[in-house]
Amino acid sequence: MILIATTVALLAVMAMAMIRAFAGPTIFDRVLAGNLFGTKVVLLIAVLGFLFGRPDFLDVALTYALINFISVIGVLRFVEITKRSTSKEEK
Amino acid sequence: MALFIDIISGVCLLIGSFLIFSGALGVLRFPDFYTRMHAAGVTETLAASLILIGLMLIAGWGLVLAKLILILLFILLTSPTASHALGKAAWKAGLKPAGTTENSDHR
Amino acid sequence: MRHTISIAIMLSIIWLINSGHYSPLFLVFGAVSVAFVIWFAHRMDVIDDESQPIHLSAELPLYYGWLIKKIVVANIDVARRAWQVKPSISPSIQNIPVSQKTDMGRVIFANSINLTPGTLSVELNNEQVLVHSLTYEAMQELVEGEMGRRVSKIE
Repeated sequence: MILIATTVALLAVMAMAMIRAFAGPTIFDRVLAGNLFGTKVVLLIAVLGFLFGRPDFLDVALTYALINFISVIGVLRFVEITKRSTSKEEK
Repeated sequence: MALFIDIISGVCLLIGSFLIFSGALGVLRFPDFYTRMHAAGVTETLAASLILIGLMLIAGWGLVLAKLILILLFILLTSPTASHALGKAAWKAGLKPAGTTENSDHR
Repeated sequence: MRHTISIAIMLSIIWLINSGHYSPLFLVFGAVSVAFVIWFAHRMDVIDDESQPIHLSAELPLYYGWLIKKIVVANIDVARRAWQVKPSISPSIQNIPVSQKTDMGRVIFANSINLTPGTLSVELNNEQVLVHSLTYEAMQELVEGEMGRRVSKIE
């Protein structure tokens, strides 16, 4: 019962993160929303594992957490480098 | 005793859900990027810990508990790094925080 | 040597948690993979005080115990502000002097600032850290410097 409530709350939070990701306005808001969405997916997978009685899902959650962290850093590097090269071209 | 643990875990999960919702509400409502990052911080520290602690109490002793602790540690270790990288990238890109009170910025 | 043993124990624990199979064959595989990772880490020269801060292990739990209290209070404060009809926030940005001498201490300090909702370290160098805070009060608390003193004590 409480697990279902937690799942609903997490889904609502993910929907709100999506709204922020589409609304922007800057690219960093979108990365922030993406990161938020990612960490909530980790929690959602863990809660769903208990809801369905299959705690093996935790392996997936752990892997997702690793990939989420790396991807945020990767996207930020990409944004930084693209910004630098475009500002050089303007000069 | 089992009932007692169930109640504590339920309370943890409910407070965690409420806090995580508050954080997302802050992400939607706060006026600029830097203030939104603070709201996102709420969902990543205490709220995530409370939800995972609630799950740990259901899990009982075993491998599942160890994996949950591993996930919690991983979230707590990486979220400050990710938010620092995000804040630094935004600052380097010249994004100015809105409506700040400049208190002796250049001392 | 102490660092190598500590990293071996840590890797073994992580392997044991994530494996779930404890037949002799799998245990041998695990031992081999741990040995491989230690060899790689030796070649990359990353086994030192920075990756394995065992000289801090006595004081670190005490400090994090204190930090958890701060984090809970700050979380409640930020969550309360998110629900207000008109959020009463006063964002401020300021350079805070960093008193820690070692890199480890400075990183712990910036990490603690980031872990506490309401404050965010934007830029860190050897003398100061640029902090953005959600409220003026949170900034005043950092300027007062209790967190900095506690980190300096344990580094």
